Amino acid sequence: MPDKTPAPSVDTAAESGARPAPKVQASIPVTVNGKPYFHDGDPAMPLLWFLRDTLRLTGSKFGCGIGACGACTVLIDGKAARSCVMPMSGVAERKVTTIEGLEGDALHPVQQAWIDEDVAQCGYCQAGQIMAAVDLLKRKPKPGDDDIAAIGNLCRCGTYPRIRKAILRAAESMQGDKK
Amino acid sequence: MSAGVDGGRRRFLVVSLTASGALLLGLRPAFAGPTPGVPPELLGDDLTELGPFVRIERDNRIVIGARGCEIGQGVMTSLPMLIAEELDVDWSQVRVVQLPYGYIDTDKGPSNRYGDQGAGGSTSVSDGWKDLREAGASARWLLLQAAAKEWNLPAEQLRAEAGEIIAPDGRKLTYGALARTAASITLPDQPVALKKPEQFRIIGKPTKVADARDIVSGRSRFGIDEYAADALVAVIVRCPHLDGTLESFDDAETRKVAGVVDVIALPGPKPGEPFDGPLASGVAVLAEHTWGALKGRELLKVKWKEGPWSAESTPALAARANELLDGKEGGTAVRHDGDFAKARKQARQFVEARYEVPFLAHATMEPPGALIEIKQDSARLVASLQSPGSASEMIARMTGLARKDIEIRMTRAGGGFGRRLENDFVAEAVLLAKAAGRPVKLMWTREDDLQHDFYRPFGVHALGATLDRRKQVTGWTHRCAATPRPYREGGGRKRPINTGCLEADDFPAGLVANLDKTFFSVDSGMPRGWWRAPLHTFHAFAVQSFIDEIAIASKQDAVALRLAMLGEARQLPYSGHGGPHFDTGRLANVLKLCAAKIGWGERRSDGHGLGIACHFTFGGYAAHAFEVSVEGRELRIHRAVCVVDVGRAVNPLGVEAQMMGGTIDGISTALHLAITVKDGQVQQHNFPDYPLLRMAQAPKSVEVQIVESDLEPVGAGEMGIPSVAPALANAVYAATTVRVRKLPLMPELMRML
Repeated sequence: MPDKTPAPSVDTAAESGARPAPKVQASIPVTVNGKPYFHDGDPAMPLLWFLRDTLRLTGSKFGCGIGACGACTVLIDGKAARSCVMPMSGVAERKVTTIEGLEGDALHPVQQAWIDEDVAQCGYCQAGQIMAAVDLLKRKPKPGDDDIAAIGNLCRCGTYPRIRKAILRAAESMQGDKK
Repeated sequence: MSAGVDGGRRRFLVVSLTASGALLLGLRPAFAGPTPGVPPELLGDDLTELGPFVRIERDNRIVIGARGCEIGQGVMTSLPMLIAEELDVDWSQVRVVQLPYGYIDTDKGPSNRYGDQGAGGSTSVSDGWKDLREAGASARWLLLQAAAKEWNLPAEQLRAEAGEIIAPDGRKLTYGALARTAASITLPDQPVALKKPEQFRIIGKPTKVADARDIVSGRSRFGIDEYAADALVAVIVRCPHLDGTLESFDDAETRKVAGVVDVIALPGPKPGEPFDGPLASGVAVLAEHTWGALKGRELLKVKWKEGPWSAESTPALAARANELLDGKEGGTAVRHDGDFAKARKQARQFVEARYEVPFLAHATMEPPGALIEIKQDSARLVASLQSPGSASEMIARMTGLARKDIEIRMTRAGGGFGRRLENDFVAEAVLLAKAAGRPVKLMWTREDDLQHDFYRPFGVHALGATLDRRKQVTGWTHRCAATPRPYREGGGRKRPINTGCLEADDFPAGLVANLDKTFFSVDSGMPRGWWRAPLHTFHAFAVQSFIDEIAIASKQDAVALRLAMLGEARQLPYSGHGGPHFDTGRLANVLKLCAAKIGWGERRSDGHGLGIACHFTFGGYAAHAFEVSVEGRELRIHRAVCVVDVGRAVNPLGVEAQMMGGTIDGISTALHLAITVKDGQVQQHNFPDYPLLRMAQAPKSVEVQIVESDLEPVGAGEMGIPSVAPALANAVYAATTVRVRKLPLMPELMRML
């Protein structure tokens, strides 16, 4: 993956070549995984395409384009959000965390739990599932079955039982960390 | 399913040494003349482009190439395990990399450096059981010979263990240290001996997904994640009418969208002609980025011409199917044993019922797509695939390029389920790249995907059974009227019309003396394709629901009736995929285990119902049982049990995952999913009207039991589904006394309650 250095301005939808220049729009500042970026293109463009096409952060996936499946889930100011229906204008001056930004010196406990419980099959929805789980555990450090079931992200491979186990394992390990 | 490769030919290993001194091992067909060289670009540091199966580096790091299409069935882990086992390395030493498509020209015609790379029919593990273990064993043999040379000892006195060769006196040499010498040794003409099962250290051990760390950190690259400098993103608006055509379009507003570069009309297939390219006519918008293409597409004004199927609707198809089944004549005889008419006359009891199963879409989480670059003398495709061989053939045919000049890089695929056995999306990308004169990254949206698929066939099954005085089934008739699976086949690919809908030798064929199976073809414009365990999800619902109905009608226990019909353990001939035998004992065994696990036969007073079913799919034997209750408009699944026999489980953790996932996929599909047609158009657009199961509706766990077995392994990707729908319907009956004979189950149950 190309390592994009944060630039003062990242050109996106304005690369229209010989076509008439689009209306002048104010740059939208957004922080992604701790680095500042600016978006100069269409303010209606969903965040997902900024992440994928512009920043080449391809961990967040496209699945439905209408916020129904959750494959594109990221954290915006720490809360889970569907990036495929979040316009760039909606993330101005906000902090976005993607799956690529979850890892610090080591894997996030949720990521580690996903490996330990051998959750992934095709793997496509799992970044979104993990982001949703991180959000859940922030809100409910000791989630019950129904709290976990409230995660509405789709998995066509049917990994739900292992997702449940992984979330409980992560919850336990995060509790342990706090002691 | 890499076309053009004859998997039956004997293959030998190719051994070569890279510039960096690493030992490379790959397969080559025995008939090949000169040893095909390893392309120099595969020797670089870029791991995604490594060629051969095994690379042993001087510091004793072991890299194993995974040849399969990873669609979630676990071949990225299970196939390298087969090699690592015979190579005698520690799994923790191994790094797994995805191999590209390995086309090679030989003097006998097209072949593949890696053997069969396609994903379909649950064959990857059974194929690899032969040639991939041999690849690992040959590498170990070479390393043993190299150490023998080094120490001047007979090789028979040495042993291999965990990446080292060990001498009788305890001296050790690492594989890394021996690699260079090993590469200079010639392999024997005879295949080297494989390990005995009791020597296995990796096969049979629960092993986690090899590239899990990449997946959980977002680093895994799926087809959709590939970008190329200069590539235009293309999205296509396709004709919503089955076999309709483009009348005209106005792209004035589209071309004003920032980033839009071009708008290109695409011709669709001609009705009645063999399918061999795009699935529908359309208009493509090509842009510098995805958002520009999507926005541009929204602003297109397109006029379509309806096709020849404008009157097609699901109710009309059902009516036609039932009309054909009502008739006494016609149809294609699929199997005919004994004299059913006579059995009917002599019967004490006759039971009959009809079952309807809908069209299904694949709905892979990653929609279809392709990145293609076409140059004067070469082409490069990166995509999530199941059939790279057919993609290679298609690109060659459409571009005139030689297949050896077409590079295909395989990625992890966000699900397959049979959708990617077709390469219509590759054809679209090729057409657009040729027209645009630039690389093209074709994107499909979910709407594109649900509206333009190769659907699992729609059909109605009419079943009848006669019973004698002793309540034994003496006659069986299965008449199936369906939109046939063969879709616009041409050339040498013509298959019998009943293919994928009604199989001659499926249960209870060979177990009932008087048996008739007849297929009736229902005309339809809907494209049809393979959908995970295709034939079996299509008819097991009918057969296994019907067995329950017979049991209830004749006041017998549903498990006892199945066991009585299966009779004593024996092998029956089975001509379909997964043959040549169907073992009645193995099916009876999974059924018995499943019944015991769910507590079959125990009295219940909680209003919960138990349902059970079993089925033979592609060489594997599975049984499902569910405990359910119906509360208002909700079906609650309290327990889900799955027992499976796939022979020796190469990776038990992977088999468990497939059964758990297959069970949940089966529940999802049985309860809620259907594609319907109205006025010659598919009615579903996105997940809200094709509602895959969410976690809240899924059972908390699936209790999977894997039968211990020394028999040769078969795959596990598809056996976990077919018995789900009938077991659920049987459980619903037990809980409610409402018999659902039409899928999806929930809308029908709510209508009937």
